[in-house]
Amino acid sequence: MSALVSMTGIGKQFPGVRALHDARFELLAGEVHALMGENGAGKSTLMKVLSGVYQRDEGTVSVDGVAVVFDGPRAAQDAGIGIIHQELSLMNDLTVAQNIFIGREPRLRFGRLDDVALNRNASAIFESMNIGMDPTAVVGSLTIARQQIVEVAKALSYNSRVLVMDEPTAALNDAEIAELFRVIERLKNEGVGIIYISHKMDELKRIADRVTVMRDGETVGTVDAAGTSVSDIISMMVGRELQEERVEIPDLASAPVALEVNGLSRGRAIQDVSFSVKRGEILGFAGLMGAGRTEVARAIFGADPLESGRIAVDGKTVDIKSPRDAVALGIGYLSEDRKHFGIDTEMTVRANVAMATMSAFSGAMGVMNEAAMSERAKHFIERLDIRTPGDTQPVRLLSGGNQQKVVIAKWLMRDCNVLIFDEPTRGIDVGAKSEIYKLLTELAAQGRAIIVISSELPEVLRLSHRIAVMCEGRLTGVLPGGMATQEDIMALATQRDSDGTAFHGQETA
Amino acid sequence: MSTETVDSGKRSVGELISSVAQQKLLAFAGLIVLLVGFSLASPNFMQTANMIAILQATSVNGVLAIAATLVIIAGGIDLSVGTLMTFCSVIAGVILTYWGLPMYIGVPGALLAGVASGAFTGLLIARFRIPPFIATLGMMLVFKGLSLAISGARPIYFNDTPGFDLISRGSLIGYFVPSLPIPNGVLILFVVAIATSYILTRTVLGRFTFALGSNEEALRLSGVDINRWKMYVYSLAGGICGVAGILLASRINSAQPAIGQGYELDAIAAVVIGGTSLKGGQGTMLGTIIGALIISVVANGLRILSVPQEWQIVVTGTIIIVAVYLDILRRRG
Repeated sequence: MSALVSMTGIGKQFPGVRALHDARFELLAGEVHALMGENGAGKSTLMKVLSGVYQRDEGTVSVDGVAVVFDGPRAAQDAGIGIIHQELSLMNDLTVAQNIFIGREPRLRFGRLDDVALNRNASAIFESMNIGMDPTAVVGSLTIARQQIVEVAKALSYNSRVLVMDEPTAALNDAEIAELFRVIERLKNEGVGIIYISHKMDELKRIADRVTVMRDGETVGTVDAAGTSVSDIISMMVGRELQEERVEIPDLASAPVALEVNGLSRGRAIQDVSFSVKRGEILGFAGLMGAGRTEVARAIFGADPLESGRIAVDGKTVDIKSPRDAVALGIGYLSEDRKHFGIDTEMTVRANVAMATMSAFSGAMGVMNEAAMSERAKHFIERLDIRTPGDTQPVRLLSGGNQQKVVIAKWLMRDCNVLIFDEPTRGIDVGAKSEIYKLLTELAAQGRAIIVISSELPEVLRLSHRIAVMCEGRLTGVLPGGMATQEDIMALATQRDSDGTAFHGQETA
Repeated sequence: MSTETVDSGKRSVGELISSVAQQKLLAFAGLIVLLVGFSLASPNFMQTANMIAILQATSVNGVLAIAATLVIIAGGIDLSVGTLMTFCSVIAGVILTYWGLPMYIGVPGALLAGVASGAFTGLLIARFRIPPFIATLGMMLVFKGLSLAISGARPIYFNDTPGFDLISRGSLIGYFVPSLPIPNGVLILFVVAIATSYILTRTVLGRFTFALGSNEEALRLSGVDINRWKMYVYSLAGGICGVAGILLASRINSAQPAIGQGYELDAIAAVVIGGTSLKGGQGTMLGTIIGALIISVVANGLRILSVPQEWQIVVTGTIIIVAVYLDILRRRG
């Protein structure tokens, strides 16, 4: 059987990042082919190349054995390649039928729309999918699962013979996933080739025929889904050499507990999460994207409301209603999105460092004591080794690693005893990473409790004294640092709830 | 497919329809309350002549608000509608009075100037990626300056063009129904409203207008040339500003180059009171017309009650805030 799609030697460069290098992929008609890999392995980029969203720098793509070049999403659609993006790309204010045929509406003369034909055509697609759906329903009023079905219908309306689904079940509950799988099964029997991107190991076993694993922008290999064990696939995914530097675990037997969390819950995002972290300890939080780690951090910090759960700081139960309460209790949160929430890049190093402690530097009339601010800022520039010509340098002119140090300085000013770092090294180059690691280890050694959320397993293993692993809002296990392996973490990170929680998509939508 | 999920889909659509209905109902109910209230407060209010005066006063702002609605539904904002209107009336003055050309050239010429200006603004926003707020703020000043420069900062009168004032002040309806002398300006407002309403709901341009405001990236990923359609939206809005320019010039039988700035805020106020979301993707012409009527009714009613003009402005400002707050409450509840 000849390949429906064949991609070889695909390379794609973004400014400063080599996203794809010599990636290859092959899809047969009537197969479900899973594409696996860690976050940032290049799966989505490869699929965006296939669907014409990105232009490749090198390599060949052929459909039905004919080499093709797609200059945009439209060209790929015309060649029968439909993609359902990770973030739903629907227009919430438009109806189901309007969304499916956007840009290809049946028209009367003078640019007038034929809405009768539009709705009829949409109904026909849903009939062929054997699904009941009102084509005049406004998309924003549907559950995420139903919107997903609309996306599938939209992709099919192009007479797609190739359907790319990028984590389609991320927001679905078990009943909805089963429904989606029935649709996939039907399409497969009709000869449609389906590329399925997912992190969920159990789904592979249920629907995939073959699995291709990617790592660091390259294709590791393609294996038969039925004949390969989950642990083999995980090994292919993580596969790197272990770190040369290993974490040193301090003796914390007599250290007091700094933060204790009990039964933290909010909808599907956080389900009964309990853990504690001691003074002097670094607790790593591992898990796949969307596992609920950031949600837990934000809930502890008071940035998002809680449904239930008890938080204790230094042994005392506290009621944290807002970030202000958290800061007053000595909890600092360093957001994963530095640029948005952590620093003001237009302002100087001095102003940023003092941002969370402004009242300490202002006199009776609210006039700022610049001299004192400057002195403190210089102290931290020296102590954290922030590379900047001076404390009046705008932060945007600093490198990513040094920007992160400015954020850390800001929270150290507040004398926080609990520091939560969310992806502390995202967008930071390798050299600067080890400096941040050193700094975090020092902060812990000084008696602070450190929580590090990271999607990079080597980072979690390099830093953590203990490793908490989350999956779908639940804490699936806590591993001892120093001994745990990437495979151990991945096994816990993909340990899905088997009894099928009965939550419905619309409650969280 | 479980029937349960089908039902939940349908139920929420029903809720959505009722909430949309409520939103228009809210503005409409507000209008009725105002009409009844002012009628009780003053016997002079509910008179045919006064009602016609209110409608006449609504015509220019109503047409501008229609232009603003189009742009806002598409996810943009247009601060230049007021001075573009003035620019178009000055162009009409140049063609009709300076050059002495006939109306069938002057009026389409002014409308064309509106379309071309809107297209240029759209070009700045779509191709050069200048944020709509900045691009239209700049163009607001450009149109104002051009109007003053072209006219030498002096009014251009249309005394040499007989019949020009009838475009707004004449009454086609009154000709057929003498007891109902509704001026043509009002007729034109409703024609423009119905025409744009048709464009919004029945044509490709309208569909893309909503799609642009709802999720521009999704539209782009659907293979649609979003820059081109964005330019069309701004061009259409510009043409409608041209209509407003003709209406205003005809009503005062002159092109006044110094006015226009400030009109954009009244227009945007009407859009907001009418329930169109500044986020884009939602909105109706009916809501905008009701919003424009509310502003005129308040101004007129307070004047009849001898409330000083300063306080009329305070009331209009308060109404905008209350209208948006009610909308927020409605969405939350």
